[in-house]
Amino acid sequence: MTDGMQDYNFAYLDEETKRMIRRALLKALAIPGYQVPFASREMPMPYGWGTGGVQVTAACLVPEDRLKVIDQGADDTTNAVSIRGFFARTAGVATTERTAEATLIQTRHRIPETPLREGQILVYQVPIPEPLRFLEPRETETRRMHALEDYGLMHVKLYEDIARHGAISTSYAYPVKVAGRYVMDPSPIPKFDNPKLESPAIQLFGAGREQRIYAVPPYTRVVSLDFEDHPFEASKPDHPCALCGATDSYLDEVITDDTGARMFVCSDTDYCAGRRAEGAA
Amino acid sequence: MYVAVKGGARAIENAHAWLAEERRGDPGVAELSVAQIRGQLTLAVDRVMAEGSLYDPDLAALAIKQARGDLIEAIFLIRAYRTTLPRLGATLPVDTGAMACDRRISATFKDLPGGQVLGPTFDYTHRLLDFKLAAEAAQPEAERAAPDLRPKPRVTEFLNQEGLIQDEAKAEDAPPDLTRAPLEFPACRALRQQALTRGDEGFVLGMAYSTQRGYGRNHAFVGELRIGTCSVEMEIPELGFAVEIGEVEVTECETVNQFAGSKTEPAQFTRGYGLVFGHGERKAISMALVDRALRWRELGEDDTGAPAQDEEFVLQHADNIQATGFLEHIKLPHYVDFQSEIELVRKLRAAAGEAPDD
Amino acid sequence: METQPLGGGFSDPPMDSARAFRAALEAMARPGTIRRIEGARAPAPLSSAAATLLLMLCDGGTPLHLAPGHDGADVRAWVTFHTGAPLVGRGAARFAVGGWPALGALDEYAQGTADYPDRSATLIVECAALRPEGARLTGPGIRDATHLSLPGIAGFRSNAARFPLGLDFFFTAGAQLAALPRTTQVEAG
Repeated sequence: MTDGMQDYNFAYLDEETKRMIRRALLKALAIPGYQVPFASREMPMPYGWGTGGVQVTAACLVPEDRLKVIDQGADDTTNAVSIRGFFARTAGVATTERTAEATLIQTRHRIPETPLREGQILVYQVPIPEPLRFLEPRETETRRMHALEDYGLMHVKLYEDIARHGAISTSYAYPVKVAGRYVMDPSPIPKFDNPKLESPAIQLFGAGREQRIYAVPPYTRVVSLDFEDHPFEASKPDHPCALCGATDSYLDEVITDDTGARMFVCSDTDYCAGRRAEGAA
Repeated sequence: MYVAVKGGARAIENAHAWLAEERRGDPGVAELSVAQIRGQLTLAVDRVMAEGSLYDPDLAALAIKQARGDLIEAIFLIRAYRTTLPRLGATLPVDTGAMACDRRISATFKDLPGGQVLGPTFDYTHRLLDFKLAAEAAQPEAERAAPDLRPKPRVTEFLNQEGLIQDEAKAEDAPPDLTRAPLEFPACRALRQQALTRGDEGFVLGMAYSTQRGYGRNHAFVGELRIGTCSVEMEIPELGFAVEIGEVEVTECETVNQFAGSKTEPAQFTRGYGLVFGHGERKAISMALVDRALRWRELGEDDTGAPAQDEEFVLQHADNIQATGFLEHIKLPHYVDFQSEIELVRKLRAAAGEAPDD
Repeated sequence: METQPLGGGFSDPPMDSARAFRAALEAMARPGTIRRIEGARAPAPLSSAAATLLLMLCDGGTPLHLAPGHDGADVRAWVTFHTGAPLVGRGAARFAVGGWPALGALDEYAQGTADYPDRSATLIVECAALRPEGARLTGPGIRDATHLSLPGIAGFRSNAARFPLGLDFFFTAGAQLAALPRTTQVEAG
């Protein structure tokens, strides 16, 4: 690919755009879980491929950062490679695949297994930021529900699940209540990851096409919605990782031959590689 | 022993190289020049400028070449480029009444001051494949007439003199800018029109068509359709007056819509308005119909529940760059979410006692 | 201290504003913690921390209120030249800067609306110094509790009581920066 990126500003976005995003990010931190509208720009990658996360990352990056980008938990998935390359080129920042070494991590669909710490920022790519969207397609209606803290529709949905299936049938993008006020979509992470939303790190969420930014500050209470008689359960496939033996990590199911044989391996490639390097399994 | 798939970076590089080769096609055939695309695929160039929201025929032609003729991809290239451009200022509103028209027709009056000017239209061609074009024969030059300099006042102004058509008040405030502020509902008409003019031609056409078939019908006539060039002027603070900085070709359509009156408005004709960059009359007419359909609230009409009356539905789904991105993103890996679904289905089946032997 | 209205801007705007933002982001995410922010120099009495915040956040689209004491010809000229922010009264301000009493009644600033609680003002409160002592702060962003030398208690308590509406605050002193969002519970320390 020819470069030509040297004609663009640091981290691609112009300063006026970054100021607009930065103002939105500060308000997002001040109102945890509330979706701040922002004038999302067209990026040189398609909507739906992480433009919100990319804009948030671009507004946050400093030259001293060490950037990690994952998709489905893996550093080497094509879209993660593409986004990491974009910032290496436009911001000149160092990159890493090690969760522990990264200062800023952009993610799609996973929270890393290695616990995050203070000084780290986790940026989520969000496709549909509105947790009520599939219950009520109208923005004017869902905005009113948030304003009135009227989340009855969501509870009815979850309860109907239980009535019909005996369990809540939401397995990813499982809704949470943040700091006791706003119901929030944690992006399509598996519900296994939900407990990690309470973190010492700063968590920022960017939805480019839908023009929304929201945030969970460090040490903020994040409760997965549930019922007393059907408490939330952060479940995962009941297997150890076939590569590193981990029993505490989220697993991908891999089909290994045409007779349907399969194995389970860590979705977090850095976590798995780290354990194997340490001689586990 | 299983080894996880690696090599995303190399796969991407190889895909790009292959793509470049496919774009070029057979090297034994002369390469298309940007000038050829600009000069000979003008309607494609115009669509890319209109939906890309950037008036630059050379860049639009380049985008079409780079996109292998995929116009939505070309529009995307233009949008992504546009977003990096600094905003130097705002021009004065373009006066389409003073347009130098290549084409100007009215369906509501047989003749009118300024005359009917057919212009370069497909309208009365017979859609027969012209095999002479395949032979690349020289084209005889069209006959030329003296430039038609008669002023062409807008048709709707005649109706307005009689009070038969709803008056459009001049807005005092600067209109909001869809590309600089997040979309908010309810949207004002200026914002709706911005979304429509850069909206996907096929989507806006489909919405307009649905109003003709009874989903929010509003009985539109093409009061006037005009295509031509308008001068673009900008106030220069240092000079204290406006200077012409260039000209743009635009297509404007104003529909005249039957209206029996409502609880709040007297019986009179109402208007729908469409304006797009370049020569794009299908889009301009479609936009005018949808614009009119979206005005139900302001005119005191009933919301019949028609899709074209629903501004959240129309505005949220008209943009083909947003739509194609989100649609195509389902090609990206989703195996983490899918895994959680598999697990849930297995669990529900096990709970129901239907688990297959494992 | 800068005396020329054209001087004192960022020497490398993309880098200076990026680093300034990270300091502000960390400050807002971890209420009460004190960090350094620098890059801009403005005419007195504007601190370099406040000046840096203004350059990083303000432009022609963000109306700014200069509280009495900060509303002088030099500061006006500097802010206008470097940011282009329109200077306005409290009610229209997205940002305001000044000393604690001079900023005036908090309820005269935009508090946001139930539909859009983000549409509230952010106040930059200039202080003599910031110390990790005094008022006890708890809430999102704070693991247990933290302490900050706030210029008062009651105003911040009634602001927090309005949540999800309310103002958000930065505190500046020299090159020091701290923040207090509307979510923070404030008690006398």
